[in-house]
Amino acid sequence: MEILMAFAIGILFMVGTYLILSRSLLRIILGTSLLTHAVHLLLLTMSRLKTGAAPLLGEKAGTYVDPLPQALILTSIVISFGVTSFFFVLAYRAYQELGTDDMEQLRGRDDE
Amino acid sequence: MSLLHFAILAPFIYAIAVPFFRKYIRGVHTGWFVLPVPALLFAYFISRVPDVQGGHKELSTVQWIPSMDLNFTAYLDGLGLMFALLITGIGALVVLYSIYYLGKDKEAIHSFYVYLLMFMGAMLGVVLSDNLIVLYGFWELTSLSSFLLIAFWNERAKSRYGAQKSMLITVFGGFAMLAGFVLLYIMTGTFSIREIIGSLDVVTGHALFLPAMLLVLLGAFTKSAQFPFHIWLPDAMEAPTPVSAYLHSATMVKAGIYLVARMTPVFAGAAEWFWLVTGVGLITLIWGSFSAVKQTDLKAILAFSTISQLGLIMSLLGMGSAAVYYGLSDESALYTKATLAAVFHLINHATFKGALFMVVGIVDHETGTRDIRRLGGLINFMPITFTFALIGSFSMAGLPPFNGFLSKEMFFTAALNVMHLEIFNVETWGILIPVTAWLASVFTFVYSMILVFKTFTGKYQPEKLDVKPHEAPLGLLLPPAVLISLVIVFGLFPNILSYRIIEPAMASILPSLLMPGDIFEVKIHFWHGWTDEIFMTIGVIALGMLLYLLLDRWSGLYGKLPQKLTLNTFYDRGLFYLDRWANRGTRSYMTGSVRDYLIYIFTFMILILGYVLFRTDSVRWYSGELAEISIYEFVLVLVMVAAALAVPFARSRVTAIILVGAVGYIVTLFFVILRAPDLALTQMIVETVSVALFLLCFYHLPKLKKEMSHMRFKLGNFLVAAGVGAIMTLIALSANDTRLFTTISDYFVEGSYELSGGKNVVNVILVDFRGFDTLLEIAVLGIASLGIFAMIKLRLERKNPAAALTSSSKPDKGSKRRKGRSA
Repeated sequence: MEILMAFAIGILFMVGTYLILSRSLLRIILGTSLLTHAVHLLLLTMSRLKTGAAPLLGEKAGTYVDPLPQALILTSIVISFGVTSFFFVLAYRAYQELGTDDMEQLRGRDDE
Repeated sequence: MSLLHFAILAPFIYAIAVPFFRKYIRGVHTGWFVLPVPALLFAYFISRVPDVQGGHKELSTVQWIPSMDLNFTAYLDGLGLMFALLITGIGALVVLYSIYYLGKDKEAIHSFYVYLLMFMGAMLGVVLSDNLIVLYGFWELTSLSSFLLIAFWNERAKSRYGAQKSMLITVFGGFAMLAGFVLLYIMTGTFSIREIIGSLDVVTGHALFLPAMLLVLLGAFTKSAQFPFHIWLPDAMEAPTPVSAYLHSATMVKAGIYLVARMTPVFAGAAEWFWLVTGVGLITLIWGSFSAVKQTDLKAILAFSTISQLGLIMSLLGMGSAAVYYGLSDESALYTKATLAAVFHLINHATFKGALFMVVGIVDHETGTRDIRRLGGLINFMPITFTFALIGSFSMAGLPPFNGFLSKEMFFTAALNVMHLEIFNVETWGILIPVTAWLASVFTFVYSMILVFKTFTGKYQPEKLDVKPHEAPLGLLLPPAVLISLVIVFGLFPNILSYRIIEPAMASILPSLLMPGDIFEVKIHFWHGWTDEIFMTIGVIALGMLLYLLLDRWSGLYGKLPQKLTLNTFYDRGLFYLDRWANRGTRSYMTGSVRDYLIYIFTFMILILGYVLFRTDSVRWYSGELAEISIYEFVLVLVMVAAALAVPFARSRVTAIILVGAVGYIVTLFFVILRAPDLALTQMIVETVSVALFLLCFYHLPKLKKEMSHMRFKLGNFLVAAGVGAIMTLIALSANDTRLFTTISDYFVEGSYELSGGKNVVNVILVDFRGFDTLLEIAVLGIASLGIFAMIKLRLERKNPAAALTSSSKPDKGSKRRKGRSA
């Protein structure tokens, strides 16, 4: 399953990067979203999958899966949510003020 | 912290107060308040002369960064004391002179005195520091204050040009010198000059010996305006004349001489040192004196003359280094003469050149010009100034009975003695040394005569002058008078200096030639009988007179020299192209497009990660025990990949948003499958809120256009994206099998209940073990929400109509650009 996940993660990274490089702000935001998912799965896969029960001591299992990546991912989910919503409002305001969401048109002026 | 430290820092501290004098006591010239600083410091250093003469060397250390061997160690020995006396003595006279030279109402004199005091402190720091890094710091500070003082009249383009030139050249040399110091540190493990001299056996013969020497010399040569780095000094003459007299003839340009003298114990004895210092010095000497003759600006004559005299001192230090080779023997005494001449001429040059600069300043001040083609016959108007000029010039030309004569004779002696050397291949090239010395002296004689006689005798040309010349006020005459009297006193009674100043200074330059407790015995005689030197002097006078009288006949030769091949053209061109290429280079990749910058970042990420992966041989196929996979999971992976791949092809916004949402929900499912219930819960909530938010904003955002871009644009994006995907797959595959450290997860699992009383390990980690991380995470969310709130609510009124115009014109501009592109 790890190998399959590795390739799935690669594809998620590829699509995320491709979207970030495009010109429309909306696509860029969606790209960062996909990139975050990819990173989460990568973190989880790195610590091996299904090595034990969920890290709840009430399960009384012999082994548990690694809780550390889960803690990292939980933090990351919340932060990425904050970033995504910030991005959205930024795009909204930029479009309202400047009338475009095309990155090529949002370039700095030459004389700066 | 000793009195010596305080002496170095006093000018800096006092400089803080200077602007207040200017602001609150406008009636009195600020210079009067500055004058006590150099005067008192001079008195202090005079009081230290008997100490140093007795062989006592003061050493006191203030700890700075002891772990890196960086300490502010003040060290007072003969050499340092001699320079300190020059710096403060000439400094006091220059400040006095500047009071009458710079008007208190017209000029920004507060900045002038701040820079001047800064220079004075920095220069004292250079000559009194034992630690090389501290020395370097002060060294660059002198370059900086010189830059500020040259550009004092910064409304003139030439001042700015000269300031920039001096800065670029001296700081370039300074960097080289720093590298040399670091090499010395690598060899000896210390930055202290005394300790480096103490561990000479490590240095000589070390592979880094020669590079260190070359780098240190580069610093010395640029600072002391040696060929071919001399070109900055003539342009530095745009500074006010007191500055030229002080920095660019008496003190700062001698920092290079100081460095060579200071480093002589380390490097002398090597053939490269002998030839480089002597050779570069002699070339500078002859080129400077030769170029001085063709100048028409009085200050330019003095600038080239300074260059040539610095070359003279430099070459003498080179010749003197031969003595170190012989060590404690009778033969070495033959060559220490050169070092003696160097030290003596250093003092003499400061006196007569300082006086001459001040005289030229007076002429400039009273007639409004320094052009010798417009001057002449001033003897009747300025008899006192003329006398000073005459004595100063005769001393410079090496005529008796002035001090310049004595040092010039010694220079000839040294040059003749060097021919007896049987080392360093002197047998083949040695004859060139006295010949060059003699020829340069002839030119020195010629320009000295031009300086005084073209200005003060000849035909008076009132029609070419804007003002009627008259004798200068007493305040302008006093400082050169002091220096000129020193010229005479040192000429007639040179032994005043020899015991007190010169002997201790020589002991610092050539310590290896002294037994402990021994001193150099210096006696300078006026008359040696009919020796070779006196005939050389007579020859100089005869040929010099001839050349001066026939100047009009042969000065046309200068016009024949190629004008386009000068070092100055080389410098200007170099700077121009450097600027242009730098500009082009930067513009070619700083395009202002975020996409381009991201491409650079991603490309570097791919390259660096890929390099490290392959270099450390970490790429491997997963070989351990694999987790089993069910058919449902396989399908889920496929669906997730398919949804992700469909996003770039989505035509409408809703489709794209829903596809990304689908990926998010499948990730949630994976969290469930992969035993992460907390993650699944959180992801579910966040995903739901996100999609809601997307759809909320959706109404306001523009429709997704089909990306109208070139194939190249898309292909580039695709390649970079594929690269990132591939490298991440490799990392995911390789990471599985690599474990460099034992994991701390076991500790969390074991301690969860015992230490924190929680059964959900992930929760315990977040709120207890890593509680601060969570706190900061909440802070990040808070900042983000504040930012969002501000962006939605805040409607900034545009106060500036111009700003409104530019921003409202932006879309227009954009559409124009787009049109231009499609066309």
